[in-house]
Amino acid sequence: MRDVAVIGVGMQKWGELWTKSIRDVFVESALLAMDDAGVDHIDSMYVGSMSPGIFSSQEHLESVLGDYLGQPHIPATRVESACASGGLAFRLAWMEVASGISDIALAGGVEKMTDISGSDATYALATAADMKWEGISGVTFPGLYAMMAVAHMDRYGTTREQLAHVAVKNHANGSKNPRAQFPFPVTVEQVINSVKVADPLNILDCSPITDGAAAAILVPADQVKNYKRPGVKIIGSGHATDSIALHGRDDLTTIRAAAEAGQRAYEMAGKQPSDIDFAEVHDCFTIAEIVVSEALGFFEPGQGGPAAESGATAMGGKIPINVSGGLKSKGHPVGATGVAQVVESIEQLRGEAGERQVKDARVALTQNMGGSGGSCVVHIMEVM
Amino acid sequence: MPPARSWRSYPQTYRLEAGRCTSCGAVYFPPRLICSQCKGREFETFSMKRTGKVLTHTVIRTPSAAFAGDAPFAVAIVEMDDGVRLTTQVVDADFEEIRIGLPVKLEFRRVYSEGDAGVINYGYKAVPVRS
Repeated sequence: MRDVAVIGVGMQKWGELWTKSIRDVFVESALLAMDDAGVDHIDSMYVGSMSPGIFSSQEHLESVLGDYLGQPHIPATRVESACASGGLAFRLAWMEVASGISDIALAGGVEKMTDISGSDATYALATAADMKWEGISGVTFPGLYAMMAVAHMDRYGTTREQLAHVAVKNHANGSKNPRAQFPFPVTVEQVINSVKVADPLNILDCSPITDGAAAAILVPADQVKNYKRPGVKIIGSGHATDSIALHGRDDLTTIRAAAEAGQRAYEMAGKQPSDIDFAEVHDCFTIAEIVVSEALGFFEPGQGGPAAESGATAMGGKIPINVSGGLKSKGHPVGATGVAQVVESIEQLRGEAGERQVKDARVALTQNMGGSGGSCVVHIMEVM
Repeated sequence: MPPARSWRSYPQTYRLEAGRCTSCGAVYFPPRLICSQCKGREFETFSMKRTGKVLTHTVIRTPSAAFAGDAPFAVAIVEMDDGVRLTTQVVDADFEEIRIGLPVKLEFRRVYSEGDAGVINYGYKAVPVRS
């Protein structure tokens, strides 16, 4: 298996992009990545997209996007693992290059979510839950994470304020990210007093509905010298699945797939949680970041809430989490999110993150999650 | 939901039929074809006891379209006395009354109706057990 490096990334501003089609949204970011890498062709492509059939009335998306990217006839694959589609596309592109099948692979992600109504979008997202056996109750995604929050609060004493601190921190970070959908700060009081969605979660505990894409170019590490940009090596990749029904899991206060995927990535990389300089994790809801920060070993079980409140996960803290603004502030075009985490990590590891730059960052971790934790993909990247 | 899809699950949604692995005793709701614990493929079908307790809960205030008329409503993950866990609405209860550990029983209730002329979907909902 060959070592693999990322030599280019691209991401256009996210938001409600009414003037752009899913094709344009994807191709703009993919071209940014190809230009960044200095390549005019790719050997293959993996694109994460959760539900273009519902959001954009378009399946068979891989061929559409390969064609419109000006790369006709390449082997292109659409990857679906709910909100972890992008992270999984990145993993498959890594495998494609590691295996020797391709020398230049593009990992991308895209979702165009605002063309349909809010309730239709809610339905599309709900299909990532167990439609039959969870759906019968009328539970929503915020509702599933709310039930994790209630269980976590009951067992560990996690507080409503600690949940809010995740949103406050991520909006503070995102306010320095020119590509974020909601680049403005919020306060603990605003979060706690925002519209109730599923107790105890309010609207400002939830990631938004977003149009957006992201892309990265992967090549063999020993070929990085042939390209113009510094390479960042992918040193660990972990992937795990679990029951997509929350009630099918033994412990409602953790996300086993995140722990398993994390463990596999740490083992491959030969790293410990304490070796990670910063992490981009899947904060689809505030409680998710708290639970994942524990599952990945940054904090002991139950300490994720106090850590968020104390600033341990803020810029300059013990382990800065979601310096990009996370899903919460940056936006969450579901298929693109996992690749956008990679984009932020590469820019940070190259020292190009501007106002958001994590000082002396050398090792980054990304964690991308599907549904309420039915799938999870973790990557660890290091400066070469 | 298409009528055939509802109809297929009547044994579970109406009669709470679960499968018990004849090799290791693991219980599955809905029934499965292979046991995740011991890989056994023989199961016996039984109807679960209707009593259990709340493991966690929430109140849905922003519902999906199919449940728009019901909001706000309570949802819980319930552990049945047979060990099965399921997600269900909790009804005939004040929201403040619902807590982790609350004893509940499942009752046969109307769940939702489909469109203007669709099949009414019935199923289980939890109610508190009051002594």
